[in-house]
Amino acid sequence: MTRLIAPLFLVVFALVPLWLNDPYLMNALIITGIFTICAMSLNLLLGYTGQLSLGHVAFFGIGAYVSALTALGFDVSLPFGLRITHEGGSPLLGFVLAILITGVTGYLIGRLSFRVRGAYFVIVTISFAEVVRLVALNWVELTQGPLALTSIPNMTLPLPGLGDLTLRTKMQNYYLVLGVAVLSYLVVARLVASRFGRAMRGLKENESLALSLGVNATRTLTIAATVSAAMAGAAGSLYAHYIRIIDPDVFLFSYTVTMVIMVVAGGKGSLAGPLVGGLIFGLLPVALRPVMAPEAQWIVYGGILIAILFVMPNGIVPALANLTARRRPASLTKTPETPAEAGAQS
Amino acid sequence: MSAILSVEHVGMRFGGLTAIADLHFDVKPGEILSLIGPNGAGKTTAFNIMTGFLKPTTGRVLFEGRDLAKTKPNEIARLGLARTFQRTSVFANDTVLDNVLIGLQRFGEPSLLERLLPTPRALALEKETRARAEAIIDMVGLSARAHEKAGSLSYGEQRLVGFALALAIEPRMLLLDEPVSGMNASETQSFVGLVRKVRDAGVTILLVEHDMPMVMEVSDRIVCLNYGRLIAEGTPAEIRNDAAVIEAYLGKSAAKLDLKEAANA
Repeated sequence: MTRLIAPLFLVVFALVPLWLNDPYLMNALIITGIFTICAMSLNLLLGYTGQLSLGHVAFFGIGAYVSALTALGFDVSLPFGLRITHEGGSPLLGFVLAILITGVTGYLIGRLSFRVRGAYFVIVTISFAEVVRLVALNWVELTQGPLALTSIPNMTLPLPGLGDLTLRTKMQNYYLVLGVAVLSYLVVARLVASRFGRAMRGLKENESLALSLGVNATRTLTIAATVSAAMAGAAGSLYAHYIRIIDPDVFLFSYTVTMVIMVVAGGKGSLAGPLVGGLIFGLLPVALRPVMAPEAQWIVYGGILIAILFVMPNGIVPALANLTARRRPASLTKTPETPAEAGAQS
Repeated sequence: MSAILSVEHVGMRFGGLTAIADLHFDVKPGEILSLIGPNGAGKTTAFNIMTGFLKPTTGRVLFEGRDLAKTKPNEIARLGLARTFQRTSVFANDTVLDNVLIGLQRFGEPSLLERLLPTPRALALEKETRARAEAIIDMVGLSARAHEKAGSLSYGEQRLVGFALALAIEPRMLLLDEPVSGMNASETQSFVGLVRKVRDAGVTILLVEHDMPMVMEVSDRIVCLNYGRLIAEGTPAEIRNDAAVIEAYLGKSAAKLDLKEAANA
């Protein structure tokens, strides 16, 4: 049944703009979609390799800044009299560069920190995110610091034979985010099902055994970090060209926490988990806003999170999967005993 | 005949504790060699050194003439030297089939693109890998359990899964660390058949085991360790009558008694 969650989501959310005209809700769905992509990317690391990146927002923010600066252009002077001037280009180029540069960053962070894992990885990623935030805040010449990068152009897609299409409306951006989300989902699904996915699972479950079978731990984890970072970078780029203004607050720690909540509540290590978690915790604030005071909203938000994890410690999707597995007739899960097997057990 | 694995004067100290003082022996291609000795003799430490999980303080290990001093465990596995673990070691949350598939992950290195796209080649490779996994599971006799979680199997069956995992990397040499502990007599008996079958397929086997009847039955040659030193080496018949071995297992006075009895007889 959990296999059907993703296709079901796709159908439902592909149809939403056809009947929903409320720009406020459309905006909420777009932002939720962007964070769901981040959650999917975090799930690749946290859910499948067991490594917690508490600085995931760094990749998101770098993606946003790279994409915005590629589109806007910049003019910075570096030490030794070097000077880099960039005229400004297409947002699509920015999107591609955001993916590449965050991918490389993820690779470097992975290489550096996977020699020592677990808590060390958590600390390295937190520190990294904080360093990047400080750079964005203080390198005013490049990033405008707290003054923010403004007037970031909307995403432009070159359509063959039709010229460029600039995505100005909410509906266009909605479908762009949905498209990238589907691609991200497919990338994760394919990776996890491949032998690379098996290597990740093996490492997470029993590292010594996996090593004895020839699994290269550093390489496997580094690839996971690279792909994960690149996906978060893509989400950052979408965010920059949709919101059209970014400041160092895109590196806020609370965004990372939101991603972690989406993954953990939805079910880490399951493909549909971040989708379900992302939807619930992306839209929950929107749902609570009209019915209660701002202070009460966050209390309820926290209460719901605690309630979910209390009832379903592994997250919503794995709990659903267990439920359906239990309901299935026993004959499907248990093969009848063969004479050979009965003999071996005697 | 040159050795497939040479342990050359290996010593291992953990701080002040000497786990292995001076270990020196060769394993010949195609033989079943057993490493025996009382608990704490250094057998498992020796295994961990041979497979790269520990680096020896002194001496070196050669596999097919190659010094393993700087080789990581996963690289050693890829060279064709596989091992099983003393404690039951399986991927408990995965089915038996998935376990063996994880073991097979080193076969074929599809490009990153092929990892992402279900190209015909990638799909064919996937199908082939699956068939291979099923063949291995069939060989160890766990076909009926293929779709059950490895952690839910009996102790003896989990040892077989561990054995299947080691076979999955198609080793030229296999190190088995107490493979039949937790197995009953009939399971042990069929396991002996399995080990012989694997050896006949050309895989050299080094065995650590406490089940002496099993060791005596299956081994071509036996090496006996005590206090991190090699105390005897020979065929099962020679080892059975070796004074030093008897002393190591039964204590000094017992050994004397045994010898006296032998003299009286």
